[in-house]
Amino acid sequence: MTDRNVPAGIPNDTISAQIVAIAATRDMASFEALFREFGPRIRAYLLKLTRDGQAAEDLMQETMLAVWRKAGQFDPTRGQASAWIFTIARNTWIDAWRKQKRPALDPDDPALVPAAEADAPTLLELKQRGAALHEALKALPEEQVELIRLSFFDEASHSTIAARLGLPIGTVKSRIRLAFGRLRAALEEKK
Amino acid sequence: MTIRHHLNDDLLIDYAAGTLSEGWSLAVACHLAMCPQCRDQLALAEAMGGALLEDLAPVAGPDDSWETLKTRLANASEEPAKPVLRPARATLPEPLRSYLGGDIESLKWRNLGNAKQILIKTGDDTTQARLLRIAAGKPVPEHSHGGRELTVVLTGSFHDAVDSFGPGDIEDADGSLTHQPIADEDQDCICLAITDAPLKFSSRLLRMVQPLLGI
Repeated sequence: MTDRNVPAGIPNDTISAQIVAIAATRDMASFEALFREFGPRIRAYLLKLTRDGQAAEDLMQETMLAVWRKAGQFDPTRGQASAWIFTIARNTWIDAWRKQKRPALDPDDPALVPAAEADAPTLLELKQRGAALHEALKALPEEQVELIRLSFFDEASHSTIAARLGLPIGTVKSRIRLAFGRLRAALEEKK
Repeated sequence: MTIRHHLNDDLLIDYAAGTLSEGWSLAVACHLAMCPQCRDQLALAEAMGGALLEDLAPVAGPDDSWETLKTRLANASEEPAKPVLRPARATLPEPLRSYLGGDIESLKWRNLGNAKQILIKTGDDTTQARLLRIAAGKPVPEHSHGGRELTVVLTGSFHDAVDSFGPGDIEDADGSLTHQPIADEDQDCICLAITDAPLKFSSRLLRMVQPLLGI
């Protein structure tokens, strides 16, 4: 396996604690630490999507303001901090840049079908999940990682991506499915 | 409720990435509201987005980026979130009720032979969203799809020659499928259908009146 120089990732525990502190006490020191750590990466993400440095800066600031406002909605027992921040940056991009609505379910909707206890997947402990995900990403063949990255960091549809890479659309879709399947397997508890 | 037809990975990842347009996303969100299993898959896809975000090489911004953010924060008013009013019971899931302006009993259907429909307005001009009510035991006229059609069953069930679909099931049909869905006998079948091209009916008469019916 070739070393693709993937950084080890950011300790999600620290980030989680910062978000909790922002929610609890409006702690400015935690907010600044979070900004120093994640701001430049959120900017990088939005720069990929918009290809516009000023827009990326503005949208990063909007994202950080939303993180401040919504910190109380983050539940550190349910998910990774980086995943939560990703969804806020993504929603900011859809809303402010693409000017579209993103239909989403309401978790407190009376019509929502709740999970049966027995259906709960046997996933790794939250703490181990981040590391397992990074390891699995590193272990994927480059051709699959590239398509996963393009899916998240490029607005183009799968058929446009396929045309750009000179690949049949079926190949693009099957590589994405394969990659997603491997990441899913990496998070399921090994028995 | 046992859901047999789930979101495929392409839809799931495009919805997680935020690149799926509003019309298709409406169908995905309705399926998610009815399918805990796919909600777990979405959480996984979003965790992947988070991991990819962590792995991005940082991009430096203007020197005064933090100062600007602090100023904006100081000037932003902390308006309390508006409380969301929810009914005690609901048949149709969110976000669909908000799009329709109400639940099942408040809807104004338009007749369409064996079926009734309501066109749903979205901000997405690349797709058409509609609610369909197929009378119990009756077929929808045989048709193929000029493009893609996503169908989510909300109440009741339907079957065609190949398969059957119950509450929460999502069908992803492409241009190659010609089918005649038939609602099951026990009750009307209500589903949400999203299309990106007009349906192609096998009957010439229906093709002629299609523009008048707005389908």
